[in-house]
Amino acid sequence: MSAVAQPHHPDITPEMWPRIDAVINAHKQVAGAVITVLRECQNVVGYLPVELLDYISRGLNLPSSDVYGVASFYSLFSMVPKGRHTIRLCLGTACYVKGIKEVMTRIENQYQVPEGGTSEDRRFSLEAVRCLGACGLAPVMVVGEDTYGDVTSDKVIDLLDPYE
Amino acid sequence: MGRMTVAELERIKTEHAERMAFTDKTYLLLCGGTGCHATGSLKVKDALLDALEQAELGATVDVIETGCNGFCAMGPILVVHPGDIFYQKLKVKDMAEVVQSHLVEGKPVERLLYKDPAAKKRIPVQSDIPFFAHQMPRALRNKGIIDPEQIDDYIARDGYRGAARALLELGPDDIIEEMKISGMRGRGGAGFPTGMKWAFAKASPSDLKYVLCNADEGDPGAFMDRSILEADPHAVLEGMVIAAKAIDAHKGYIYARTEYPLAIKRLDLAIRQATEYGLLGEDIFGSGFGFEIEIYQGAGAFVCGEETALMRSIEGRRGMPRPRPPFPAHKGLWEKPTILNNVETFANVPQIVRKGGAWYASVGTDTSKGTKVFAISGDVNNIGLVEVPMGTSLRSIIYDIGGGIPKKRKFKAVQLGGPSGGCVPEAHLDTPVDFEAIAKVGAIMGSGGVIVMDENTCMVDMARFFMDFIQEESCGKCTPCREGTRRQLQILEKICNGDGEPGDIDTLEALSDTIRETALCGLGQTGPNPVLSTLRYFRDEFEAHIHEKRCPAKRCVSLLSFEVDTEKCTKCGACYRACPVDAVEWKKKELARIDLEKCIQCMTCFDKCRFDAIY
Repeated sequence: MSAVAQPHHPDITPEMWPRIDAVINAHKQVAGAVITVLRECQNVVGYLPVELLDYISRGLNLPSSDVYGVASFYSLFSMVPKGRHTIRLCLGTACYVKGIKEVMTRIENQYQVPEGGTSEDRRFSLEAVRCLGACGLAPVMVVGEDTYGDVTSDKVIDLLDPYE
Repeated sequence: MGRMTVAELERIKTEHAERMAFTDKTYLLLCGGTGCHATGSLKVKDALLDALEQAELGATVDVIETGCNGFCAMGPILVVHPGDIFYQKLKVKDMAEVVQSHLVEGKPVERLLYKDPAAKKRIPVQSDIPFFAHQMPRALRNKGIIDPEQIDDYIARDGYRGAARALLELGPDDIIEEMKISGMRGRGGAGFPTGMKWAFAKASPSDLKYVLCNADEGDPGAFMDRSILEADPHAVLEGMVIAAKAIDAHKGYIYARTEYPLAIKRLDLAIRQATEYGLLGEDIFGSGFGFEIEIYQGAGAFVCGEETALMRSIEGRRGMPRPRPPFPAHKGLWEKPTILNNVETFANVPQIVRKGGAWYASVGTDTSKGTKVFAISGDVNNIGLVEVPMGTSLRSIIYDIGGGIPKKRKFKAVQLGGPSGGCVPEAHLDTPVDFEAIAKVGAIMGSGGVIVMDENTCMVDMARFFMDFIQEESCGKCTPCREGTRRQLQILEKICNGDGEPGDIDTLEALSDTIRETALCGLGQTGPNPVLSTLRYFRDEFEAHIHEKRCPAKRCVSLLSFEVDTEKCTKCGACYRACPVDAVEWKKKELARIDLEKCIQCMTCFDKCRFDAIY
């Protein structure tokens, strides 16, 4: 158990805390583990609220500026809540050449969700990501864990509608 | 299992000889790379297993899930041995037919075979398909053949024999000498001679040294490293063991992109298997030499592909480059001598040590030896991974292997080397792939992404696209890169939006010079390349945007009017059927008309119109 008091946060439920503590304790003695800790804590909570970053920095005995600096540098980490489904559109060159920009515009219009943001009903988050290395399927969209290839602006809404 | 010996490697190889030659059973090699997984290969595999059970063929047929086959656009892919019969784009419902017709009755299913787009005929045998026939697999020699999750498969293909030679027969200097003879240059982009890099690190005295593998494949359009890790992870581990012996390191890290979950899973399994066999850990082959490897997952930052930034990231800091010297060979990870090589480089090392540097150098050009893996994508028929000898022409890669441009469109340019690279036009397509020759035409070899663009691609928009990438991925440490690329992006956006002014091109060029000369790291110094190379070959497109407010390729939305050319319209209604917001008015035998009030400028109608009638 960590000696640091757990802050109250609406998005961190009581059963998440032991998992967060387990992550921090497992990496306390490992130099350079902060990225791993942030990734695993984000997997638990869904994102990294500032209160959690402070908690992690105290647990790892690092200045909170260091932890915040790392969290804000890497695109994997988010400090704002996500929607129920995260749509990731590959903005690699192959996908771009094959028309992912049009797909992006279509999704933004249909669900009123800006690139990098979340729709008001928290149904979708829309992210532009770097090349997923699946260029053979370009343009590529990933929703949660599901990957779709050959996505076009006229097909994409049919693919997304089942995600409630 | 205890310590591995050469005799034991030999025994495993003999035991698996029939399986590797496909002589004892029928083998169904199903591609299990990321691409095929996404198109449903896992469900196809279940259906295949069901069908085999129904036909009671379980005892004489083996299904093997291989790593990436390489012909990614055709997935899910199944290759049947003996016979080397290639099936493509399989669906769950096809599998019963494949089993019944091919395996029971001996007749391959015609409709599922590869169809050559040029000759319009089916080609049943994999090695006859032009995409495969022109290749020379070395780094990819095991792809689509072995099960990447079985270490015995790798050993049966002479795996870990290079490590055995390095640890038992050669000294560090012999290994480095062999690497120098091979002429191998780093496959990550810059092309630094691998043997020389290792020699520097060997010469740096230190209690601790590190071997790092760069699997942070960030260049958009490059996926060879992902594919190698998914198809042949042990080759990379073996290469790292050999490098470690050469420089006397005992700890290695593989810095892998978090976007590649399957590659990380297979690597992790491979490390556990190798450790269990005593091929990693202490006293490998009883040589007294020990080495262990850990995977370090990145968190999404392109700049971490730069060596000093990558090392900072492993140290748990913001991944920002630092000035060199000191070079990592003297002061790298945790300030200790470190070598960093790319996945493809390491995958070549075991064969170089096993077969000798001279064997490796037997193909290639004067300054670029061996083979190179390219990832071809974009507007080309055969998308996938190809490995060819250095010196092969770009034209051969795009037309002989890539099968040319689809939809009868014209070739416009090929983008090489990712965001730091450049676009090569038709006139230079006969350039051979060679580090120096490619640099001469204004691109770079880079990690090997080859993105083909047809006539519908706007080169100003492409420059904007790459600059957007570079600007966003700039770490912000040095001013030329942080501010300069942002300013360039602003100008390019202005030009694409139709607000370009005379003088913009001059400003772009002046900024490019400053950034090139003053940025801190490779990302910044090569950042202006997309602008410079498009300006070099497609200046007229920039001028059309700026002076005539016209986008010749019709991609820049602000410069389009979304109207129908009544001369060209054939009244076919394709645009009407495709429009997602019913903005196109059309009746049979009448001209189409676009209601600009309803139009959301999504470009769907532009893509659907085959007569170039919308402008």
